[in-house]
Amino acid sequence: MVDWSFLLVEFLIKFVLILTLILLVAAAFGVYLERKVSAWIQNRIGPNRVGPFGLLQPFADVIKLFLKEDITPYAADKFFHRIAPIISLGVAFSVYAVIPFADPFRLGDKTIYFAITTPDVNVGILFILALTSVGVYGITFAGWSSNNKYSLLGGLRSSAQMISYELSMGLSLVGVLLIAQTFSLQEIVQKQALWNWNIFYQPLGFIIFLVSAFAETNRAPFDLPEAEPELVGGYNTEYSGMKFGMFFLAEYANMFTSSLIIVLLFFGGWNLPIPPSWIGLEMGSFWLSFLQFCTLIFKTLLFVFFFIWVRWSVPRFRYDQLMYLGWKVLLPLALLNLIVTAIVVYLVK
Amino acid sequence: MNRIENTEHERLTFWEKLYLPEIAKGLGITLRQMFKPKFTRQYPEERWEPTGSYRGRPVLVLDEDGERCVACGLCSRVCPALAIEVQAAETEREKERYPVKFEINMLRCIYCGFCEEVCPEEAIVMSKDYELVFTNREDAILGKEKLLVPIHKLQDRLEFLREYK
Repeated sequence: MVDWSFLLVEFLIKFVLILTLILLVAAAFGVYLERKVSAWIQNRIGPNRVGPFGLLQPFADVIKLFLKEDITPYAADKFFHRIAPIISLGVAFSVYAVIPFADPFRLGDKTIYFAITTPDVNVGILFILALTSVGVYGITFAGWSSNNKYSLLGGLRSSAQMISYELSMGLSLVGVLLIAQTFSLQEIVQKQALWNWNIFYQPLGFIIFLVSAFAETNRAPFDLPEAEPELVGGYNTEYSGMKFGMFFLAEYANMFTSSLIIVLLFFGGWNLPIPPSWIGLEMGSFWLSFLQFCTLIFKTLLFVFFFIWVRWSVPRFRYDQLMYLGWKVLLPLALLNLIVTAIVVYLVK
Repeated sequence: MNRIENTEHERLTFWEKLYLPEIAKGLGITLRQMFKPKFTRQYPEERWEPTGSYRGRPVLVLDEDGERCVACGLCSRVCPALAIEVQAAETEREKERYPVKFEINMLRCIYCGFCEEVCPEEAIVMSKDYELVFTNREDAILGKEKLLVPIHKLQDRLEFLREYK
């Protein structure tokens, strides 16, 4: 007997909470952090006028974007021009449908899962990989429909780059999956309890995944689709107002997603650094889940910081270097990593 | 035989070709930069006081016995941007000529300081005023009432001119 009304309410609450979290933490705080960190690296102060320490700056930015005129070029393909940012942002957000944020906790006689979908999706990683590769359509459509040579080049670069890095990204994950023997994110994290992190078993896989994640999210040093000096604005040259804002939000949401996945797969996810019994919390209590959630967000923000830090340190790759790295370095390395892991796992089991 | 070895393959060592250690070094440099003192000046609260060598808005010097300008029109002649307009008139005083109209169009002025350099009376000098905001074109044309500045406010510039001009 399933209590449908309870499930619906639970779903709605979690949906709203997690979406707000992504919008506020991932997008808004990400933009703020980006501006602050870039300022610090360049010996500046950064935004400090809007709100305390400039914390409301991203909201001011978004309000400004809303008030801007929304221009569609005369020669653009109106339908695809409009649908491209929707795809980008929609894909960036829908990934969160399967990402769990903490261990499930008990409320009365019911078990509440800390993810939008209940119960845990057992092919979570496959779903995430599939969705992130749909994200390239948003950028490619944007590049093609703008009817602008720079946009088109940006879109083409993006699709070539995504395809090249998707492969090594997927292959580098297989090592983790072989160790965990499951596709479910919940179980993968639970197997990493107490500093039993996957990074210690899969250092090469982690590096490959990290580099691919930079390429997947179009962040520097792989931000070729929007390389300002060569391509004006790349795929978003012809976008203005909130359509541009949606691409912008999607970029930061993607960065947050990538950091989240790196933490979940390689850095022990939401596991506390000490056994929960030491601080008097048992499995299934709400406060344990809450602490785990905070741990996860903290680790993720560290990685978001790392993404930003790299962007302001490393120059952009040349296009052929990017392709060379993807196909001739990362792909063989990922295959090697996979084979070695498979042999070791086979021998140990 | 005398080939210079300078391809990327020959120039870099194995660790440099790996990229990652070098990227880590670069990250270290940027991390150190983050904790260095900042150069930013918090503008509206914290204002910059220029030295005497600064060429800001050109102004007319107002002496104890009135304006110095004798309306010779040299500044107007030398101005490369045609920003200055002078109309002379005569008085009964010891200094017989004075400008009945003296206008500087701040939309044209390029702050070159030629007017100051050519002035035989040291009557037009560049001030330290750099906050020049106008909300319409008419406001940007400064008449005599806005150009005349008491001499004690221009001491820095006058000393600078005496030393270096």
